[in-house]
Amino acid sequence: MKKRNLLLYLALIAGAVPTLLPFVWLIRSALMQDSQMFIAPPQWIPEPFQWSNFTEALTAQPFGRYFVNTVVIAVINVLGTVLTCSVAAFSFSRLRWRGRNVVFAVLLSSVMLPYAVTLIPTFVMWQELGALNSIIPLTLPSWFAGAGGGVFNVFLLRQFFLTIPFELDEAAYIDGASPWRVFWLIVMPLSKPAIIVVTIFTFIGVWNDFLGPLLYLNDEEKYTLSLGLASFQSIYITQWGYLMAASAAVIAPIIALFFFLQRYFIEGVTLTGIKN
Amino acid sequence: MAALSGQRRLERRWGYFMAVPAVLGFVIFTAGPMVASFVFSLTDWQIGGTPAFVGVDNYTALADDELFWKSLTATTYYTLGAVPLALIIAFAVAMLLNQRVRGLPVWRTIFYLPTLVPAIANVVLWIWIFNPDFGLLNSLLRQGGLPTGMWIYDEAMAVPSLIIMSTWGFGNTMVIFLAGLQGVPQHLYEAVSVDGGGPWHRFRHVTVPMMTPTIFYTLVVGVIGTFQVFSQAYVMTEGGPNNATLFYVYYLFRVAFRESEMGYASALAWVLFMIIMLVTFLLFRNARRWVYYEMAGAR
Repeated sequence: MKKRNLLLYLALIAGAVPTLLPFVWLIRSALMQDSQMFIAPPQWIPEPFQWSNFTEALTAQPFGRYFVNTVVIAVINVLGTVLTCSVAAFSFSRLRWRGRNVVFAVLLSSVMLPYAVTLIPTFVMWQELGALNSIIPLTLPSWFAGAGGGVFNVFLLRQFFLTIPFELDEAAYIDGASPWRVFWLIVMPLSKPAIIVVTIFTFIGVWNDFLGPLLYLNDEEKYTLSLGLASFQSIYITQWGYLMAASAAVIAPIIALFFFLQRYFIEGVTLTGIKN
Repeated sequence: MAALSGQRRLERRWGYFMAVPAVLGFVIFTAGPMVASFVFSLTDWQIGGTPAFVGVDNYTALADDELFWKSLTATTYYTLGAVPLALIIAFAVAMLLNQRVRGLPVWRTIFYLPTLVPAIANVVLWIWIFNPDFGLLNSLLRQGGLPTGMWIYDEAMAVPSLIIMSTWGFGNTMVIFLAGLQGVPQHLYEAVSVDGGGPWHRFRHVTVPMMTPTIFYTLVVGVIGTFQVFSQAYVMTEGGPNNATLFYVYYLFRVAFRESEMGYASALAWVLFMIIMLVTFLLFRNARRWVYYEMAGAR
């Protein structure tokens, strides 16, 4: 038994080392002087710690601005997605109307759709509406139940709503409540875990999105972090200290968010997998 | 009776009303653009110009487009490497973590961490890892006295390099597998043990069959996602060297937004759509043979 355990932990360590190594490489490079970075065999402890990599990289381009831009887009998307997806999920789970299941199935089919198929007409539409180079194309769709891949959130919320006892609704209706009141005062307060999961995934989606900002944002002052980092990379192409410092700064908020909301992250990923 | 029908009416009215944003979203951002992109695909159209109807010319032109075939090959190669590799590693690690490991949350966090790295930060980090002179990989290989590689700068190594990079993010799949493994009913394992079956029997006749729905789900999602890989090609390799990493969506992007051939790019988009539909259909049809579904439960 002991021997088996030892093997088990050895195997786990063997997996964990290559998993963590890129992070170690990222951090040590972010804190290293160029001269030390090019020594062979590679050194692992920065000597001295070059904290100025961070200050210089993050001021060489307005990363603070990119950060604010990204957060603004993320907040608008989270609000829109949570609100409209919940409303739709409520309709699809707790209100009875003809054709409900057919409509839901059709909506859900769009989850499988490759985004490339809708990319060009959507771009042309925003162009015709004069919305290019603004955050409208990156935010407005979220106010229509996430639109496209975001429909998955409707599915997730619907699954969760179905676990809430229907007796609660019935009692409220007998007291003369409207469906909106039932939704807002009964179902939503009981669905916090699902709402947090949708919030996290929407937030990460915005943080990760590259193609969207690349297509729709032209002015540098409107860039998101992803777009800003890509443009930074193309300029400081061999300044590894700067590049790693900037990357670390883009990664850090997400990792911090993860450590605060770890339980919900894991729950959320698990929920998506249990789908089938 | 009158009260019930009043309630029904209320539900119906609000039901329609509350479904409106989702339905509108579907029409404006999914169904409409899909139809439009098909119509575009039948035209010769540059941004700013007027579309000219050309029938299926764009589709027949694809057959002679060397870059189209190149992009299809590169993307298929990438998918065939990245998806199975991630599944196998995720499954193996999930199996290890399912052995009543001490400090499970810590291990799970370690393996999950890479999936949190935003795509572009990930790309920038791996450009440095792949750097032939001072990057992590070659530094380690050199120290171990092993031959070094040119990684993303070598035509033959470029796609395998990107597969290695994508495998780093197996944590999502692992968490899904782990949840699946923890849901396998204990009594099934006990039944095998009672019948004198060893660990291999338990794995082969309980774990694997019970996990097939989860494996199937991650396989389908993995294939669809991987087929649409973009950022690596855009930032890391620009499709090179010698178009080795000219991934499909990157090629489509270039045709649409660099050469502004909207008609041709729309044909590319529709072909991608049909390929993904076909692959999904084949996966589902094939699934009947190996995916184990319990008797449909309560409902």
